Amino acid sequence: MKNTAAKPDYWKHDLVPNTEHKDLNTLNLGPTHPATHGIFQNVLTLDGEVIQSAEQTIGYIHRAFEKIAERRPFYQITTLTDRMNYCSSPINNMGWHMTVEKLCGIELPKRVEYMRVIVMELARIADHLICNSVIGVDTGALTGFTYIFQQREKIYDIYEEICGARLTTNMGRIGGFERNFSDTCWARIREFVKNYPAALKEFDNLLVRNRIFMDRTINCGAFPADRALAYGFTGPNLRACGVDYDVRVADPYSGYQDFDFMVPIGQSGDTYDRFMVRDQEMKESISIIKQALDKLDKLSDKKSYTADVPEWVLPPKENVYNQMEALIWHFKIVMGETNVPMGEVYHCVEGANGELGFYLVSDGGRTPARLHFRRPCFIYYQAYPEMIKGTMLSDAILTMSSMNVIAGELDA
Amino acid sequence: MSQEIIPRPALGKPTIVPPPKGSMGTGFMTTKLEDAVGLARKNSIWPLPFATSCCGIEFMATMASNYDLARFGMERLSFSPRQSDLLMVMGTIAKKMGPVLKEVYTQMAEPKWVLSVGACASSGGIFDSYSVLQGIDRIIPVDVYVPGCAPRPEQIIDGILKIQELVANEGFRRRYSKDYEHLLKTYKID
Amino acid sequence: MPAFTIKADRDQLTIDKLAERFGEHVAVDYKPSTDAPKVVEEVVLGDMLILSVKRPVIHDVLKFLRDELDFNFLTSLGGMHYPDRDALGLVIHLHSMRNGHRIRLKSEAPIKDPVFPTFTDLWATTNWMEREAFDFFGLTFTGHPNLKRILNMEDFPAFPLRKEYPLEDPTREDKEDTFFGR
Repeated sequence: MKNTAAKPDYWKHDLVPNTEHKDLNTLNLGPTHPATHGIFQNVLTLDGEVIQSAEQTIGYIHRAFEKIAERRPFYQITTLTDRMNYCSSPINNMGWHMTVEKLCGIELPKRVEYMRVIVMELARIADHLICNSVIGVDTGALTGFTYIFQQREKIYDIYEEICGARLTTNMGRIGGFERNFSDTCWARIREFVKNYPAALKEFDNLLVRNRIFMDRTINCGAFPADRALAYGFTGPNLRACGVDYDVRVADPYSGYQDFDFMVPIGQSGDTYDRFMVRDQEMKESISIIKQALDKLDKLSDKKSYTADVPEWVLPPKENVYNQMEALIWHFKIVMGETNVPMGEVYHCVEGANGELGFYLVSDGGRTPARLHFRRPCFIYYQAYPEMIKGTMLSDAILTMSSMNVIAGELDA
Repeated sequence: MSQEIIPRPALGKPTIVPPPKGSMGTGFMTTKLEDAVGLARKNSIWPLPFATSCCGIEFMATMASNYDLARFGMERLSFSPRQSDLLMVMGTIAKKMGPVLKEVYTQMAEPKWVLSVGACASSGGIFDSYSVLQGIDRIIPVDVYVPGCAPRPEQIIDGILKIQELVANEGFRRRYSKDYEHLLKTYKID
Repeated sequence: MPAFTIKADRDQLTIDKLAERFGEHVAVDYKPSTDAPKVVEEVVLGDMLILSVKRPVIHDVLKFLRDELDFNFLTSLGGMHYPDRDALGLVIHLHSMRNGHRIRLKSEAPIKDPVFPTFTDLWATTNWMEREAFDFFGLTFTGHPNLKRILNMEDFPAFPLRKEYPLEDPTREDKEDTFFGR
C-alpha cells in the first residue's frame, strides 16, 4: 500500500473521505495469480476497490515463435502453431497448412476441406467451452466447469482417434491429412454431435437465465464497437460489441462458403454478451458439423484425404521400401527440401478468439524468410486497461476471463 | 415433464490406505513415527499449480471430473506458496519468468517438493531459443520430471504417484542434512 | 458479378486515388490480376495489392486510406529485416471491412536510422504492434506514448529477429553432435 498524499487532519473526525484527497493504492496482480488463469501481470492503481489505471506487463512466456519459424522447414512449423493457442490447436494447424497451400497453389479435394471444417469446428467448441466454463468458475459456479469438461474430454477422444494426441495435436499435413479418419472416429463424431446439444443445454440452464450470473455479468466490462475496432478486436469479442465480422463469412476458406450458419452478435460488448456469443457459436458449430457430415455422405469421393501433391504428402511406408520414386519423395519431404515458390501471402482463419493471420514471406529457400503471426489475443489484450477503468477489481478479473486471453498466443 | 431416473452405479468397497509396517493388536499399533508422518503427508499434499502454458490445460483436465485429482488427497489447491508442499511447474518458463519462479520456490515452507511437468519445464522442450529457460532445474531443484509435450493426464498422475512415494519415504533428517544444505547452496538458495 | 472483378476494380481505384494524391511516393509492387499464371517457380507471388510507400509520407498515406478509402481496420503491423541491403522494413495490412478488401503496405528505412512516425493516433491497436516491432527489430516510432520492450526483458541487449542474431540459447552444452547438432 502506497500513500500518494499525506493524510489530511480532518481524516481523524470525518469518516466520509473527501474526493479531492484520494488515497490511492497500488496493487500488483500477477504474474502468477490464481484468478488470472495464466501469466499476466497488471499493476493496478486502486481508489478503494475502483480501478483508476492499470499497467500491463506481458512476455512472461515469450518463446520466440517467429524466430524459430525462420529456422525450420515448412512442415515443422506446424508444431509451433499448436502451442500458440493450445486450447484450439487444430485451428492453428489448419490455418498454417492453408497458408502454405495458398503460397504453393495447392487445391484440396472437397472431402478434405469438409474434414478440416469438422475438425476446426470441434476445436472451436473445445475452446469456447473452456472460456465459458471459466467465466462460470469466476462467478462462483464451479458446477458447470466440472460438468461440461466431460464433453471436452469427448472432443479430445476424437482428436486422439485422428492424430494420437490430445492437446498439442500437430494434426494434418500440408496438402491434407496424414491418414484417413477411422470408422471409430466417424462414430465418435456422430455420437458427439448427437449428445452434445443436450449437455450444452444443461450447462445453459445453470447459467444463462441465472439471476446471480446475469447480475454479475451484465454491464461488466462493456466496450463500445468503435473502440473495439480501433483496438483491432476480432472474433467473439468484436461480435459481442455488435459488429458482425467473421472471417468464415468475409473471406471464406476451406469450403465455408458451402455452409449455412449464423453469425451471432451481441449489443453492448459486456461479459454476458461475450458469454452468449460464444454459447451461440457452439450451437452454430454443431450445425456446421452436421451439415459437413451430410455433405460428406453425399460426396462420391469416399477415400481421398490428401490433395495430389507427392512433394508434400509422405508416401505410404511400404512404397518407401519398395519404390525408387517414393523413397526420393520421402527423403525430400523429411529433409525439408520441397521446392517452394518465392512470394508472400497473408492468410487468415477465424480462430477461436479472433482473426488468426499468417503473413508468410518465402524467398524460395527451405525455411520461411519471415513468418509473422497475427495473434488476436496479443492485439485485443492491450485494450484491457481501458475496459476495466472505473470498474471494481472483481469485475476486472471477470472481464479478463471473458476475453479469453491465452498466454501462449499473447506472448508468442 | 417426466424426468428419467438414472440408477446409481453400485459403489465399490471404500479403499483405505494400507498402514505402515509395524505390529498391530486390538486397539493399538506400533510403528515408526517417520512412517506414520510419511503416510499422513503423502495423502494430504497441497499442490501449488504454477501453470504457464499448454500443460496447464492438461492439468485442468486432470483436475476435472474424468481424472479427478481428489483421489490422491490433492484437491485442495493452495495458491499461496506459503501453505503448499508441492510446486507443480507446468509449461514453458521463459527467462523473464525465471526470477518469479525462484521467488515462489523460496517462499514455500519446508518440506517442499517440485514436480516438473512437460518437456518445456524439464528441458526447454522444442523451444531451444534465446528467450526460454532450458529446464527449470537450472534455477531450482526438481524431484520428479514428467516427460511429454504435453503429457497426458495419466502421465501427470503417474508423476504425482512418484512424488507420493518420495514423500512417504522421506526421513525426518533429510532437510537438515549436509547434503540438502549443499544442494540448496548449488542453486544459491538459502 | 464474380467477386474477383470487384476486387480488381477496388485495387485499381486505390492505386488511382493514391497516385493522384501522393504521386511518386507510392509505388505498386504487385497487383494481382485475374489472368496471371497460378504458380510458376521462381516467380514472386503475392495474394493482394502490395504498395511500397516512401517513409516521409507513410503516416499521411495511412490517414488518407483510413479516411477517404474506407480502410477502417488495421489487421497487422510487423517489422522486416533485409540483410542484403542493410535495411529494416515495415509491413502493414489494412482491411476495409465494408468492401471486403485487403491491401499490404511496405516501407523501408536504412538500418542506421530506422525511424517511422507512430500510428497510434490513427489506430489504438498499433500501440503494442509498434512496441513489438521495436523489441524484435529495433524500429523506433516517434511520438509513441510508451515505446519500450514488450516481450523480452527490458535489459535485453540485442534485437533478436534481425537475421544475424542466433536463435539458440547460448548456455546449452548438451547438444554437441557433429552432424546434427549445432
